[in-house]
Amino acid sequence: MVSDISKDMPDSKIPSGPIAEKWTKHKMDSRLINPNNKRKYTVLVVGSGLAGASAAATLSELGYKVKCFCYQDSPRRAHSIAAQGGINAAKNYQNDGDSVYRLFYDTVKGGDFRSREANVHRLAECSTEIIDQCVAQGVPFAREYGGLLANRSFGGAQVSRTFYARGQTGQQLLIGAYSALSKQIAAGGVEMYPRTEMLDLVLVDGHAKGIVVRDMVTGRVHSFAGDTVLLATGGYGNVFYLSTNAMGCNVTAAYRAHKRGAYFANPCYTQIHPTCIPVSGAYQSKLTLMSESLRNDGRVWVPKKAGETRRPRDIPEDERDYYLERKYPSFGNLAPRDISSRGAKEVCDEGRGVGDTGLGVYLDFAAAIDRDGEDAIRERYGNLFQMYEQITGENAYQTPMRIFPAVHYTMGGLWVDYNLMSNIPGLHVLGEANFSDHGANRLGASALMQGLADGYFVIPCTIANYLAGETPGTVTTEHEAFKKVEEEVSQRIHQFLNINGNRSVDSFHRELGLMVWDKCGMARDREGLTEALKKIPELREEFWKNVRVPGDNNNVNQELEKAGRVADFLEFAELLCYDARAREESCGGHFRTEYQTEEGEAMRDDENYAYVSAWEHEGVGKEPTLHKENLEFENVKLAVRSYK
Amino acid sequence: MAKKLQLTLKVWRQPSGKAEGRIETYDAKDIPVTASFLEMLDIVNEGIIADGGEPIAFDHDCREGICGMCSLTINGCPHGPGKGVTTCQVHMRSFQDGDTIWIEPFRADAFPVLKDLMVDRTAFDHIIQAGGFISARTGSAVDANATPIPKPVADAAFDAAACIGCGACVAACKNASAMLFVAAKVEHLGMLPQGKAEKDRRVLSMVRAMDDHGFGNCTNQYECEAVCPKEISATYITKMNRDFAAASVKEAVVTEF
Amino acid sequence: MKLLESFKQFYASSIGKKLLVALSGAVLLLFLLGHLLGNLVIYLGRGALNDYAEFLHHALHGMGVWIARVGLLGAVGIHIMATIHLAAQNRAARHSRYAYESTQTASKASRTMIISGTIILCFIIFHLLHFTILPNDLKDVTTAGHVRPDVYGMVVKGFQNVLVSLFYIVSMAFVCFHLSHGVSSVFQTLGFRSEKSADMIKWLGHGYAAFIFLGNISIPIAVLLGFLKF
Repeated sequence: MVSDISKDMPDSKIPSGPIAEKWTKHKMDSRLINPNNKRKYTVLVVGSGLAGASAAATLSELGYKVKCFCYQDSPRRAHSIAAQGGINAAKNYQNDGDSVYRLFYDTVKGGDFRSREANVHRLAECSTEIIDQCVAQGVPFAREYGGLLANRSFGGAQVSRTFYARGQTGQQLLIGAYSALSKQIAAGGVEMYPRTEMLDLVLVDGHAKGIVVRDMVTGRVHSFAGDTVLLATGGYGNVFYLSTNAMGCNVTAAYRAHKRGAYFANPCYTQIHPTCIPVSGAYQSKLTLMSESLRNDGRVWVPKKAGETRRPRDIPEDERDYYLERKYPSFGNLAPRDISSRGAKEVCDEGRGVGDTGLGVYLDFAAAIDRDGEDAIRERYGNLFQMYEQITGENAYQTPMRIFPAVHYTMGGLWVDYNLMSNIPGLHVLGEANFSDHGANRLGASALMQGLADGYFVIPCTIANYLAGETPGTVTTEHEAFKKVEEEVSQRIHQFLNINGNRSVDSFHRELGLMVWDKCGMARDREGLTEALKKIPELREEFWKNVRVPGDNNNVNQELEKAGRVADFLEFAELLCYDARAREESCGGHFRTEYQTEEGEAMRDDENYAYVSAWEHEGVGKEPTLHKENLEFENVKLAVRSYK
Repeated sequence: MAKKLQLTLKVWRQPSGKAEGRIETYDAKDIPVTASFLEMLDIVNEGIIADGGEPIAFDHDCREGICGMCSLTINGCPHGPGKGVTTCQVHMRSFQDGDTIWIEPFRADAFPVLKDLMVDRTAFDHIIQAGGFISARTGSAVDANATPIPKPVADAAFDAAACIGCGACVAACKNASAMLFVAAKVEHLGMLPQGKAEKDRRVLSMVRAMDDHGFGNCTNQYECEAVCPKEISATYITKMNRDFAAASVKEAVVTEF
Repeated sequence: MKLLESFKQFYASSIGKKLLVALSGAVLLLFLLGHLLGNLVIYLGRGALNDYAEFLHHALHGMGVWIARVGLLGAVGIHIMATIHLAAQNRAARHSRYAYESTQTASKASRTMIISGTIILCFIIFHLLHFTILPNDLKDVTTAGHVRPDVYGMVVKGFQNVLVSLFYIVSMAFVCFHLSHGVSSVFQTLGFRSEKSADMIKWLGHGYAAFIFLGNISIPIAVLLGFLKF
């Protein structure tokens, strides 16, 4: 079922007026809550990554009563911590012509014209304040000898606007947000619940008024009521099983909200990172990303002949295929993420992949070492070479690295309006969990920016637009809606524990991941997606009949935790494939092999697909309903990129 | 194909925090040398589940050495063999065919065992809550470049800030002292101009919080530094000792914080 | 009274007690150096050592030696008391032990400070009984006819007993062992150690310990070998 464009879409609440004034105007038009009244409102924040921690801390500073939940043992461990590269901000400290407008423009263009202009402009505006805030918190950004902040150009940007803290920017920013959160916990403004997993959303009269959680230490299922719920629960990259996400990252919170009525937008926009360390065997649990900067000096190649068994150094030059240099002479090894990722897939599909698994391509530094010397290369990439050796046991100074693309970030997420509120009143969604700012493709160093913009600056202002219309504290967990959802959650747990089948949860997750990666990974087509849509329900059915979850629910039970998450992935994967199949174009992180130019470039269809796909749940195993939010481009001219 | 190892594991099993624990023996068969240590445990757990048992519980998340969630004391060494790595970064090529590997939780009274190899490290969060922050309300910040910070200061602050809060320092210390963890945070913030205003108050309250949570005392053996996956230097403890002494004198004779 | 409260709070903290251990340790270290230098006067002969002993006993009209004794007793008392409290806390901080124990970098000396310290305490008691408290009947008559205790004779006579000498040498080995960790520890705890000076401080500690050891054991050895005669 496809509804007409925008007809039954909720209002995106984008303010009127010129793009540069929308956010200022919106702040002015937003409702305010008297400081004495703020403390009467309870805000439930799920997730403690950059978006969740910064929102919880800031809302608490404003006076709201905040309760924050995370599945890790401490809020400091959320996966934002693993971001390496940096955070963009339109500070123009380098005097190289950067501006809020340019950052806005680059982000819309980078998103392949599938994001909302107004949201992106607001993001660019907030970016400068984020840096100020983080420095005030003690984030040790890289500095020059003069003591001023250093910048670098990142992800192919023409200006140097990326702030960084060695290769650990995400960690340092998260610790900044975590320390702000800790300050508010100490002040009594935030109650923190670590090792607590949200398992469902509770609606009262159609409004999000609470959550049901499981205490991961005692197994107790209980609920929390609040005046509004904020989901900052990250992306769904682990639907592929292997990804650069942490093992615990999951879609449960967002998907449960989706099942309760929240629209899920653009799930098919998934980002693949080209320079990850390849899979070494079936036991592999996770993929590790290496900075893309390696491609500045490394040359990508595979043997010309399929089934090559010689060691890389023994393969003569004329039997090597430097396929990126061959296909994209002007960009060569620096071709954009999606193009170089697909290039790797193609040669591996032809049987020319390298390594034990045949899923890998060489990234060779021999030429660079010859040119600049080993010391220069060590100076530039020493830590990356070290990390590579730690994982693979190979010395990349002597033999080429092996790399392969891996899922890294998901642009899709729950649909939100300009206030970051979903179509369920009272349900706000922040950070990677929402769909709003990156369109079909996220630029490097923009994820951290978005998480913090949402948490520090956007939600503290926009939340009042919802709360001011609500009488605080009207709902408690005594309400029958809570009892009902708690009962459903407990029932499901009981079910998991009593299937007593023959297969482990992980084995299902692996099988699902492989299937989704195969049919809905780097390249997709109608036929494959249709096949996946047939196979996923079969696997799901087997899961519910044959999974084995040992132990009970009175204690730590990691298999039970995983079972719940995988069960949701088994449903979500279907949604992902529906979206990928419905979007009959190629754009950003979504590549449909049917829609490409003769040169293998993605072919966008702006006429028919310049919209946000917002999916409404219709029941497990039923085709969801598509709602469309039209995207208007008033400031940025739609253009086709070319890297030839 | 990768070489395979046959190993014997001696694993601490403890059904819950209240229950008694003991070492149990498992065979880890056909472990590829290319697997990571935690993947080895995954493989063993698959076998345990297939045999109808309860898998070994252990904390882990990012599996790339940054979140600080993984723990494990491997053959008596927190985070196992290799310098500057977390357990999740240890790979099986560090072991020999036929090895017996002892796997225990991070042991400290301040880190009670929750189950098997999982421990509760919320004491660390409480220490941070006692003062491990700069009170900078969102929105009140001045321009990021308003206060230049000399590069050596920023770099030294970064070295301390690299702490991932894993607790290996506590696990390695024979006194279960948290000095390296506390010092890393106290000095990260204390060195920066933004953190100076609360410096004295911070060191006093964080050290007191550390004491209240039942961590032991530092006896300058530097076991913490040796196992720290981020190789944080014990000289931050030196600085904290000095800062604590100065702040104590100030508090005693000059002012209340 | 407020100051007393502050001190109580200071003592209650882990670093507070450690600072006291380090400060008292530093006092004892300096004393050891002075003591050794005084001991070495023995090589200048009976007259010189006895002169030195007489000087010590008459400094500040006889008050000097008592000030030193009270000060040292205080330092030893603080050192021991704070250490006992710290050790008890350390023990309480980890009740469950590792089934597989291993040490990464900690020196043997650092791990046995309590044992070496206890042995040193026993030695000090013996040493005080031997040379300070029990009466010394030997007299030395100067050329001027002045009669005074013969410290030199007492020392040489004492060390001519092989068992006594051996006990002193073994005890000094423990002192040396204790100092090999203690000296650098004083720097660490008092906050005078940096990455750049860490190695230097470590060697300073070892050197200092070796100096105290060799200087002190040279005396019983010299007596036993007959270089120092009664």
